[in-house]
Amino acid sequence: MMDPTSWMTIYPEIVLLVMACVIALVDLTVTSPRRTATHVLTLLTLAGVAWLNASYALADQTQYGWGHLVVSDPLGHWLKCFAAVAVLVTLVYARPYAADRDMLRGGELFSLSLFALLGMSFMISGQNFIVIYLGLELLTLSSYALVALRRDHAVATEAAMKYFVLGAMASGFLLYGMSMLYGATGSLQLDEVLQAIASGQIKHQVLVFGLVFIVAGLAFKIGAVPFHMWIPDVYQGAPTAATLLIGGAPKLAAFAIMVRLLVEGLMPLAVDWQQMLSFLAIASLLIGNLAAIAQTNLKRMLAFSTIAQMGFVLLGFVAGVINGQTTLAANAYSSAMFYVVGYVLTTLASFGIIMLLARQGFESEEISDLAGLNQRSPLYAGVMSVCLFSLAGIPPMVGFYAKLAVLQSLIASGQGFYIGLAIYAVFMSLIGAFYYLRVVKVMYFDEPVTATTVSAPADVRVVLSVNGVLVLVLGIVPGALMALCAQAVKSMLAL
Amino acid sequence: MGLLSLAIWTPIAFGVILLALGRDEQVRAVRWLALIGALVSFLVTLPLLQGFDNSTAAMQFVEKASWIERFNVNYHLGVDGISFWFVLLTAFINVIVVIAGWEVIERKVNQYMAAFLILSGLMIGVFCALDGILFYVFFEATLIPMYLIIGIWGGPNKIYAAFKFFLYTLMGSLLTLIALIYLYTASNGSFDILSWHQLPLAGHVQTLLFFAFFAAFAVKVPMWPVHTWLPDVHVEAPTGGSAVLAAIMLKLGAYGFLRFSMPIAPDAAREWGTLMIVLSLVAVVYVGLVAMVQQDMKKLVAYSSVAHMGFVTLGFFIFNPLGVSGGLVQMIAHGFVSGAMFLSIGVLYDRVHSREIASYGGVVNTMPKFAAFALLFAMANCGLPGTAGFVGEWMVILGAVKFNFWIGALAATALIFGAAYTLWMFKRVYLGPVGNDHVRELTDINAREFLMLALLAVAVLYMGLFPKPFTDVMDVSVAELLKHVALSKLPQ
Repeated sequence: MMDPTSWMTIYPEIVLLVMACVIALVDLTVTSPRRTATHVLTLLTLAGVAWLNASYALADQTQYGWGHLVVSDPLGHWLKCFAAVAVLVTLVYARPYAADRDMLRGGELFSLSLFALLGMSFMISGQNFIVIYLGLELLTLSSYALVALRRDHAVATEAAMKYFVLGAMASGFLLYGMSMLYGATGSLQLDEVLQAIASGQIKHQVLVFGLVFIVAGLAFKIGAVPFHMWIPDVYQGAPTAATLLIGGAPKLAAFAIMVRLLVEGLMPLAVDWQQMLSFLAIASLLIGNLAAIAQTNLKRMLAFSTIAQMGFVLLGFVAGVINGQTTLAANAYSSAMFYVVGYVLTTLASFGIIMLLARQGFESEEISDLAGLNQRSPLYAGVMSVCLFSLAGIPPMVGFYAKLAVLQSLIASGQGFYIGLAIYAVFMSLIGAFYYLRVVKVMYFDEPVTATTVSAPADVRVVLSVNGVLVLVLGIVPGALMALCAQAVKSMLAL
Repeated sequence: MGLLSLAIWTPIAFGVILLALGRDEQVRAVRWLALIGALVSFLVTLPLLQGFDNSTAAMQFVEKASWIERFNVNYHLGVDGISFWFVLLTAFINVIVVIAGWEVIERKVNQYMAAFLILSGLMIGVFCALDGILFYVFFEATLIPMYLIIGIWGGPNKIYAAFKFFLYTLMGSLLTLIALIYLYTASNGSFDILSWHQLPLAGHVQTLLFFAFFAAFAVKVPMWPVHTWLPDVHVEAPTGGSAVLAAIMLKLGAYGFLRFSMPIAPDAAREWGTLMIVLSLVAVVYVGLVAMVQQDMKKLVAYSSVAHMGFVTLGFFIFNPLGVSGGLVQMIAHGFVSGAMFLSIGVLYDRVHSREIASYGGVVNTMPKFAAFALLFAMANCGLPGTAGFVGEWMVILGAVKFNFWIGALAATALIFGAAYTLWMFKRVYLGPVGNDHVRELTDINAREFLMLALLAVAVLYMGLFPKPFTDVMDVSVAELLKHVALSKLPQ
């Protein structure tokens, strides 16, 4: 059990854990209110972890460690690499915002972010119900604390409370589902669960009963309708830095646990969970898009838009297994992965802009706060509109190819129901285009309320520009990222 | 880099440079850079004229490189006799539009010019793309600059117009996306448009595909009854936006019929041809009548555009060489003429700030040079022989008479209505005694406006007097297309 390969599989996580503790301790000696030393150390750690994961992923090997508790495969390492980069970018955007709001005191922002990433890493690479569950809890507990980081802020505290209560319930659902499956199959290991179900010895009703709770728990975590209620409140109430920390990188981890639990563990039940996910996707697309129209608060609008976008991700999961055949599975799940990666990239930039426009005592979270942004700063207006067009799925932004990939996976199934779903999805994205366009309208067509120019520290400016350009460039040359996703999912399915 | 790539990316590159470097403080430099960009972009299309081979229907200047390997999407460009002229037309109109916006636009000049340069590159891309996804990307991407052009520099009701434009056209093209993905699956993983032309498809599949394409292209053309967005948008768009919209953007839809609907679903196209002919005739006759009662000059020209585009679709769906070539010629001619009409209205609007016919009268007294140009364009709009407007309409009517006498006769009434609304407008705006003080104070066109109108006037007259170079390019490709459409693609 203590062989070197086992250690190797979790090497990036060990680095992360050690550094998280080191940073928490180092911060005790830092006195500057802007916490430059802690900040730089955290960014270096994240960059190092991302680099480690990328080099693992490029080695393209699949290894199990600790007696099948965790796996080291390209899919996991790429997701962990992207998650580390996403947290890094979030912290770059967050520092000036947090410094203005006295959120850097004590340096918890940094160590909690690292612990959240550690949780995500175990969600992504877990091969055992308990490991996945512990990873999820580490992530969500860190997130609760991050949302509540402004102790004196009533709205944020309320959001944290809501998040905690609903999140705990979701975790309960998930745990209950896991225990049902454990009782039925006698194992907590994903591969053994898979074999036990595939053997056909276990009563179908029991399995489906457990599956319902698992799917409900997952739906809570990604915020699919009808388990979406916490998303708008938490997105709006949390300080924007915390919103981005829970709305960015964790989506990658949520995608990963869906793959691990549903695909790697419960593939024989695909017919059942595909139906459930279809229902969740239909409802999410409808409610997310319609409710977003009515919002005047930008963060709340983006929250509903997230719900709709997650509906599209779910669609990527529903057409993997057709008539018991898994030939289309890699195609379908890699489209969902590409969608999530593109979505996270876009979300980072759009919330980055919101944080950039916020000043001391001014949150800049109403849509009308963006009025005339093009006249105040053409660059940031450009970045924001690239993001919005991407979310709306207009080419040549990355969001278009994500939608294209998901729709292709639906139509490739050749089933009337899935083709109908594809048509439904494109009409829902037409509704979506309306509210994204409205924000572009406010930025470009309306007159600015204030004439102040927008200023930002050099690091934020550079990262934000690169982020915006990437949304566009990955739209013009999406081939490499698509191939990466396809390759990662293929090697995961080949097991 | 191939010639077509140059034609697409040169204006886009200039547009990006303008966006990155342009400031409102250095407005002169911005304007000159935009003009240089537009001229260079036009010049790089000229070698196409020399290199094009009239005697083959095959794609020419082909470029092919893998783009998105996972979906077998290729960066595949090429032109044939059908798309050839639109590349040059787009680049030409782009130069005119940059000249037209010269002093008129004072706010965010670099963004205005960049939007038009990028838009022109994207539209050339639509005409050159031979890969389904590449086509769709260019086709949809044109919405973004146009949306901004209408919304930032448009009239009082610009926001309504910008949204209507964007959402209306997006709605149509989303179904096309589904059709493209379906064809990808049906052809075992290919987005190659030319291979789709050869793909056998069952009857009901063809019908569904035909209507999925119809949703996008009919809205873009626009055909009756989905034409209602066009007048609203034209009225609010800035002059340059209207000119590009009428001159080029509408052609993207008509071009789509020839590149997608007819060759990919020929059986459905023949089966539903009658419906298309009826819709086209309604556009020609009914919308022509609607144009007659307009009080707003831009609206009048917008409705006249719908009527003229009705001729184009009518020509396509009577399935004979005269009709299809006539439709294509009409598309090019309408590009020149409608562009010129909107720019003329822009000249008046810049001075009086009104588009109402009633605000004018007797303009010829104060602006004689301008009135002469306006008369020429008005004549071209009603299809006077010797102008560009005549050639296409005459060919389509001739083709229609061959197909069915009564259809031809109905289409020919358009010449009467066209003359009626155009000349009546001309009379009320330009002729008679000076109508009011605004008109009395008008100054005649300056050198810039003269240059812009003269370039268009030369094009209109040249095409009217020597249409042969235009039709020569098309003949072989049109014949090949019709041969292809006549064959059934139903699986045996």
